[in-house]
This record gives sequence, C-alpha cells and structure tokens, in this order.
Amino acid sequence: MKSNISYVRKQDAPILPPPINQVGIIGWLWRNGISSMTNFSSIANSAQSLAMIAISFIILYLGITGIWTLIDFAFIQAIWSDEDELKRLACATTLQGGSLPEEWFGACWPYIGAKAKLLVYGMYDIEEIWRVNITYLILILGISWIVIGGLPFKFQVGIFLLTVYPIIAFILLTGGGLDIEYSTLILLLIFSFCSSLLCFLSSKRFLGEVIFSLYSILNTVRYLLIYLTTVTILFSLDLGLVTVETEKWGGLLVTLVVAITGIVASLPLGVLLALGRRSSMPAIRVLCVVFIEFWRGVPLITVLFMASFMLPLFLPEGSDVNKLLRALIGVTLFSSAYMAEVIRGGLQAIPTGQYEASSALGLSYYQTSRLIVLPQALVLVIPGIVNTFIGLFKDTTLVLIISLFDLLGMIQSTFADPTWSTPVQSLTGYLAVACMFWVILFSMSRYSMFMEKKLRYEH
Amino acid sequence: MSQVVNEKKIKSLKKVKSSRNVIEIINMNKWFGSFHVLRDINLSVQEGEKIIVCGPSGSGKSTLIRCINRLEEHQDGIIRVDGVELTEDLKKIDKIRSEVGMVFQHFNLFPHLTILENCTLAQIWVRQTPKKQAEELAMEFLKKVKIPEQALKYPGQLSGGQQQRVAIARSLCMQPKIMLFDEPTSALDPEMIKEVLDTMIELAQEGMTMIVVSHEMGFARQVADRVIFMDDGQIVEQNEPEAFFNSPKSDRTKLFLSQILGH
Repeated sequence: MKSNISYVRKQDAPILPPPINQVGIIGWLWRNGISSMTNFSSIANSAQSLAMIAISFIILYLGITGIWTLIDFAFIQAIWSDEDELKRLACATTLQGGSLPEEWFGACWPYIGAKAKLLVYGMYDIEEIWRVNITYLILILGISWIVIGGLPFKFQVGIFLLTVYPIIAFILLTGGGLDIEYSTLILLLIFSFCSSLLCFLSSKRFLGEVIFSLYSILNTVRYLLIYLTTVTILFSLDLGLVTVETEKWGGLLVTLVVAITGIVASLPLGVLLALGRRSSMPAIRVLCVVFIEFWRGVPLITVLFMASFMLPLFLPEGSDVNKLLRALIGVTLFSSAYMAEVIRGGLQAIPTGQYEASSALGLSYYQTSRLIVLPQALVLVIPGIVNTFIGLFKDTTLVLIISLFDLLGMIQSTFADPTWSTPVQSLTGYLAVACMFWVILFSMSRYSMFMEKKLRYEH
Repeated sequence: MSQVVNEKKIKSLKKVKSSRNVIEIINMNKWFGSFHVLRDINLSVQEGEKIIVCGPSGSGKSTLIRCINRLEEHQDGIIRVDGVELTEDLKKIDKIRSEVGMVFQHFNLFPHLTILENCTLAQIWVRQTPKKQAEELAMEFLKKVKIPEQALKYPGQLSGGQQQRVAIARSLCMQPKIMLFDEPTSALDPEMIKEVLDTMIELAQEGMTMIVVSHEMGFARQVADRVIFMDDGQIVEQNEPEAFFNSPKSDRTKLFLSQILGH
C-alpha cells in the first residue's frame, strides 16, 4: 500500500452560509422539535419519531384545552360588572334564580370586587386605611427603586427599607404609642451609652490590645443597641394615631407582613447559623446544629400551633405576647433553619484555596467570611435562597390555623356570605387568590433569575 | 542578550547579602493525624536569600512553606519569622501573614473581585490604607508584572499566566519581607511559564527573600542561592545550585535529578 502523508493546502476552503435548518425560525423549529420527529432512517428511529409526534400532539391538545377552559371561565363567560347591585343573582343561572342561561359557567368577578377591601386590608378600620396605603406605597416605591435599573442611591434605599421602613411600617400599622416602662428605656439608654464609651476607649487603645481586637464586634453591638433604643423610644411615642389591634388585620396585609418579616429576618439569621455550623468552636457548632435540626424537624403547622396555644401556658400569667408577633417569630425561626442549610451549601462550594489566599494576605476570619466567602457563596445559592423565600411566602397561608386571616383565609371566610352564594363563588375566590400569589411569586422568581445573570462573573 | 545581562546582575546581587536570619526553623516536626509529614526540619534563611525547594511529590515541600505562614500548624519545634515565633497567638499570625506573601499553584485569585480590587482588598482591610492610595500602589505593582491594562477585568477573563502574575502583584501590594511560592508554574501551559518566571526573576533581582517550591531547574540555576532537596518529609540535601546539579551527594538526589532531567 502506497501512503502519501505529505500534504500542503494551496487554497483556503471557502466560508459558506449555514444550512437553512440552523438559523432563524426554521432553525429554532428544527432544533426544538422537527429534528426529533423526522428521522426515519431505521425502524427504531422511525418508531421514536412516530412516538415523538404522538406525544407532541397529546401535550399540545391537553395544553390548549386546559388553557382554553381557564380562559373560558375567567374571561369569556365571566361576569364583569354588577351595576344593578344584584349580588348573587348577577352570577346565577335561571335554575338558581338568576337570569343567566343554564349551561353558564364562568367567574363572578363582581364578588371579588365587593370583597376587595377585605382581601387587601382585612377588617382594618375604614377611616384608618390611609395608613396601610402609605405603608404599601413606600414599600412599592422602595422596591421599584431598587429593582428598576440605572437609578442612583440604590444602596441607600436598600438600607432605608431595612432599617427605617420597618419602624415607619410598625408605627403606621399599629398606631405606635406602645406602653413601655421607663425603667426599660433608661436601662437601654445606659447600655447604649456604655457601649459607645467602651467603643471609643478601645478605639484609642486605652483598654489594651485584646479589647482593641474586639473593636469591630463592639462597634456592631453599639450600633445595634443604639438602633434598639431609638426604636423603643419611637414606638413608645404617642403620635395621635388610633391603635388598630392586629386582630383586625387581614388579607394581603397579613400575608405581606408575615412573609416580608420572615424573609428579611431569616436571611441574616440563616447566614449566622450557616457560619456557626461550620465554626471551629464546638460550642457554637453544636448550638447551631441543634437549632437547625430542631426547626427542620418540626412541621410549620406544629410550630404555629405551639406558638399560639402552648406558649401562653409556659409564660408567666398576665404576660400577653401578641398572636401575630408569635406567628412572625415562629415563621422566621423556622425558615432561618432552611436558609442556613441553603447557605451552608454555598459555603461548601467555595474552594479551600480562597480561604488560604485570604488568610495568607492577613485577613481575619470575619473579614474572610464577609469579603471573600459570603459574597461568592450567596451568589451561588441565589436559586436556593429564592426558593426558600417562595416557600416561606406560600407557607404564610398556614397562619389560618391560629385564626390569623391571610389572603387565603380571608377569601375562605367570605364564602360564608349568603348574599354572594353561587356555585362559582369559591372557584372565583380561589382563582383570584391564586392569581395574586402567582403574580407576586412569579415576579420574585424572574427577578432572582435576572440578579443571578447580573451577578455572574466570568469563571 | 538580556538573559546574559540578567545573569550578571544576579551574580553581583548574590554577593550582597546581609547576615540577618529572617526565617529560622529549629527541630520542627509536623504530623497529619498520625502521619509524620515533616521530620526534624532545620532551616535558616537570610535576608535577601533565594531558596528553591524541590523533591518528589508527597515529600512535604509544600507543607514546609505553608508552615512558615501558618497555613499549616506545626506540632513540635520552633519557627521564627522575622524574629517572631509562630504560636497559637492569632494576632501574631495575622501580622506575620501580612508580611509574608504567598503565591499558590492555582493562583487563588478572588473571582468576584476585579484585578484591581484583588490587589487593594488586603491593603484596605488589613493595613487600613485609604482606597485611593491602595489603588495607586496596586497599579504600580500591576505595571511591574506588566498587566496594568487588565486592572478592571475579572480573574476569569485572564489567561493562567496573567492570573499568576496578578497573584504575585496581589502579594507584593502588602509589601512583604518574604515571598513564598508554592509551585507557581506547575498549573500553567508551557508558553505561560516564561512570563511568570521572568516576573519572579525580576523580583529576585530586587533582593526579595524568596522560598520557591519548584521543579524549574533552569530557574533554580539562574536565581537560587541554595537548592534544598526534600524526600519523605526530611531535608535530604542542600547546596549551591551548581554543586547541587553537577555533583549531587545523596543517592536519592541523584535518582530524583536523573528522573526530572532524564529526557
């Protein structure tokens, strides 16, 4: 056999346009379907292609009929207005005493319109509703400011939402004027003053190197104490707002209060627990493990139930912790345990080289965690964090069992109203609540995907 | 051409040496669990000295230099860096670490920070240098490793050789007295090894005290004052580079050299 391995290219190969099934709409269709349905080169391939065709059609059929049923119910057949104040009769068929044809089956939107106030504010005093509106408005403005690209002062707005806004919201929603004893206030003032003094002295190295090395911790404690004192003073001020008991809150208000408090509080708690679980100090590690495993081991319903009915038995007589507050604490601790595990996953994904490089530069454990490890770990686990947030948001519906009325609870309570009683009443109600949840949660999910993309650096 | 000039410069530099010991290791032992990784290590390094550590894999060379800035803890014996003994005292350790630069095999740059931020981070947080000043110093060292134009990119956008040079610049920004190199070129493609070695040669010429774990024998001949051969957790042989390569004394050294220079 004569072989000739010597070869020299004399002319460049021509650069050709791609085949038609690679680009454009045809290319997309080809890659996403047709290519898997048109392979008839052998018996096995033909069978596979036929199966793909059949499955595609079944899915298309089910999808279209399903969506059509929904559209038909929610839009086409639906009753949109009730100008004559007929209430239930506006949405009733002739058999049920109304004027609609017998085979009519659609949503009764006037019913949701009539209950809208209840859904958004609960039983909140009508003349005080402006307070809830302002609270909602600041929140929406703040969040949009952060979410919309290109606006300045995002960081400051974020800090405002996390520190000042909760105080405003609390005072507006409850009315403030908490009954706080002077002794508590004075104690807090003394603590803040002492910690500030300690901070100042240690920063000037008057108290020796050991205290100086604790300066950053001292500083954090000082700011926390000052914040706490300010908050207490503000809460105890009587601003002339009428007190609205939390028992009157309901609907979206309760859902948002529980969900947002849970979300905002569980993230930092989760970070601390996750770091604690990986700490080299056994006492801290054991404490964190026990905490996390306890809260992960009990169902949320049990937590809420215990907080609502068992806790008062253990507390000294006469002390009354607000039911909503108890639910808030329960939900927060519960989800912080989940958050901790999600974040721990992120921490474990950071290679040891990062810790080593950071230590080799002389950065301390806290600096390494804050500047090197957490920024990378948190970005890695954004999907997990948002997943926990979404779970938490939906779990707020469980506060129903301790007779707090969130969105779902509120709509269910209106089913008892006979003036709107029709066969489509509950369907319409559930559909409306489902839509509200879906809109909020879907936007959360999309925003997290956007953030993930934005924060992804080149690897 | 420049190589020749370099060598002359280095030769002249080698003679100018103070006699101060910046690193002293006395009867040091280290175990990983029950495994005795470093056995009876004695080593003193003078200011401005360049030492190459070589040896087969698993011989403890990386562990040895990681003990010097206490990324690994030793269990027995004394390590003194710049007159300060390494003990449990965290404050001393952080101080020593900020004065001992380290360059790793896999660069270990911080991927979420730009090149410039990688170089300023420790200055700002450990040395409390104002940001502007830190950035100026960082740019100076980035110029020195010849990549100032990459300052605003992220590590992932750079080639391996560039990343390693950034890692060197990042360490230099802390203005260390000693630089440790843990196999700085072994994760690099052949054409990138040279650019990193050139940077290290330049650093050596400026009189930096360097301990380099490396198998780059050409580099060792050119720069080193001393070559240390380790095997089985012990220092088996040390000598000046010429003598070490041309007439190794121990059989283990001979075997090792024949293996790495054999082809």
